[in-house]
Amino acid sequence: MSWLDKIVPSMGRTRQADRRQSIPNGLWTKCPKCEAVLYLPELKHHQNVCPKCDHHLRMGARARLDWFFDEEGRAELLEDLKPVDRLKFKDSKRYKDRLAAAQKSTGENDALIAMHGTLNGLDVVAVAFEFSFMGGSMGSVVGEKFARAAELALEKRIPLICFAASGGARMQEALFSLMQMAKTSAALERMKNAGVPYISVLTDPVFGGVSASLAMLGDLNIAEPNALIGFAGPRVIEQTVREKLPEGFQRSEFLLEHGTVDMIVHRNELRETLGRVLRKMQHKSVAPAIQPAEPAVQDWPDAPDE
Amino acid sequence: MNPNYLDFEQPIAELQDKIEELRLVGNDSEINLSDEIGRLEDKSRKLTEQIFRELTPWQVSQLSRHPQRPYTLDYIENIFTEFDELHGDRAFADDYALIGGIARLDDKPVMIIGHQKGRTVKDKVKRNFGMPRPEGYRKAIRLMEMAERFNMPVLTFIDTPGAYPGIDAEERGQSEAIAYNLAVMSRLKTPIISTVIGEGGSGGALAIGVCDELLMMQYSTYSVISPEGCASILWKSAERASDAAQAMGITAAQLQELGFVDSLIKEPLGGAHRRPQSAAESLKESLTASVDKLQQLDHSELLDRRYQRLMSFGAPA
Repeated sequence: MSWLDKIVPSMGRTRQADRRQSIPNGLWTKCPKCEAVLYLPELKHHQNVCPKCDHHLRMGARARLDWFFDEEGRAELLEDLKPVDRLKFKDSKRYKDRLAAAQKSTGENDALIAMHGTLNGLDVVAVAFEFSFMGGSMGSVVGEKFARAAELALEKRIPLICFAASGGARMQEALFSLMQMAKTSAALERMKNAGVPYISVLTDPVFGGVSASLAMLGDLNIAEPNALIGFAGPRVIEQTVREKLPEGFQRSEFLLEHGTVDMIVHRNELRETLGRVLRKMQHKSVAPAIQPAEPAVQDWPDAPDE
Repeated sequence: MNPNYLDFEQPIAELQDKIEELRLVGNDSEINLSDEIGRLEDKSRKLTEQIFRELTPWQVSQLSRHPQRPYTLDYIENIFTEFDELHGDRAFADDYALIGGIARLDDKPVMIIGHQKGRTVKDKVKRNFGMPRPEGYRKAIRLMEMAERFNMPVLTFIDTPGAYPGIDAEERGQSEAIAYNLAVMSRLKTPIISTVIGEGGSGGALAIGVCDELLMMQYSTYSVISPEGCASILWKSAERASDAAQAMGITAAQLQELGFVDSLIKEPLGGAHRRPQSAAESLKESLTASVDKLQQLDHSELLDRRYQRLMSFGAPA
């Protein structure tokens, strides 16, 4: 703190508030890792990977599937499934109201989107978790949709890919949500025994009941760089063991080192990698060249002055 | 305060103390106090009945963790014969928080898997308070696959606050160990009967709880997160655990109403720990009935039934 700030602390605060306001709403954001100010259309163009430091920011479920599938011939599955408040659950807010708020802010019915389509010509089913819908938590709709997507993939004998991003089971659905762990795992086990590939892509973050079921059961488990992945959350562990957690604990790189994931793949290379491994697993010939992940360089505006 | 009784049971404890005192006096003197003792015992029983008739979910949750509650090894001793404990996951270690072995249910060979808590301080630490690490779950699935090969029903006993949330557990893949069990149990070609005897804590419980029939002891609980954990996240205060217990529906009775429980085993007055043998006898009856019933199904019927059961949870009406 400079001597000037010490003398006029209130002035310092105002200046800081001004600075935040000087970033126009909706056009600019900050990279949570390198703190570079990023132009949103440019960030979106890079699939939410920071062009400055390569940090993988979270990606919404619909944007994820939109990017993942070929443009032609995709169809959403079970889009009409809606959550039911079976327990009339109420904490400081009613579950019903929390659901309504999440539905309004995300435009989705629940935290999982499922689609059937092609990846560079290869027929696949893919599902993606919407983390901004109640932390991507798994309740009955998520479990049901996942299990039925797996059953469809099995019936058609085409691969299933899951992009997980979830805090775990949804407390407001109590034991119903716990049982979704068993339900999704049972559906995956049928695929496994039939030799139909399932790839779990772990994105930031994956914890709890989702981590301890469908997300760890891939024929391949693939993580995006630097994603936070584990069973118990870091705070719970810290409170239990009363030690400081080691640097990089529960990051993708930690999981790779400890043998939990098969590989870490940069988002730019993810489509190509998935297509490549799946074609081998399904004894299909080499794919036609995939369109480049990064289109021609464009001229983006400079970051506003700070 | 009498540590053998929970706070809501203290009026019973006071009466019991009085009865004890009178007995001592009666032994030492000529006065016949048996009428008075009989009257007080009657009163104590009525008081217990009254308190236990109106237990809240939070009180049941406290009972499910009662320090004197029978644990897996107690049930093994009272229900089965010839228990041979088997150890280790064949890869890393043996986990004392999750035990297993082969035994006989009457004449029938069975595989037993169960969480185990400790009674003394030293034992509690050794058993890690009933919280298994990945090697525990890996031992469990190894034994279950053995049961499949030797055509033995698998009987699991659930009693854990949850899977251990520690650094070492994460390093060795706690999530994967649980997930793997869920997947394999869904297609294990032998009947699986799970009984919640105490605390059914989340994924750490479910990892030995994918089954053909779920039994719950009357004062046991089963939930996606502990009432304290739920309260501290949703109410921002662990003090609201009793509200969380109510909202989530965690008791055997609540869960039976929601369709999760196949049989609810009545416990003796005051809870299983007051008469462990009698609790074990009731459980044995239900276990025997379930085993007999499930062993009549052939493998494909059994697995179809199990899959349909799993798919029905939370399915749209």
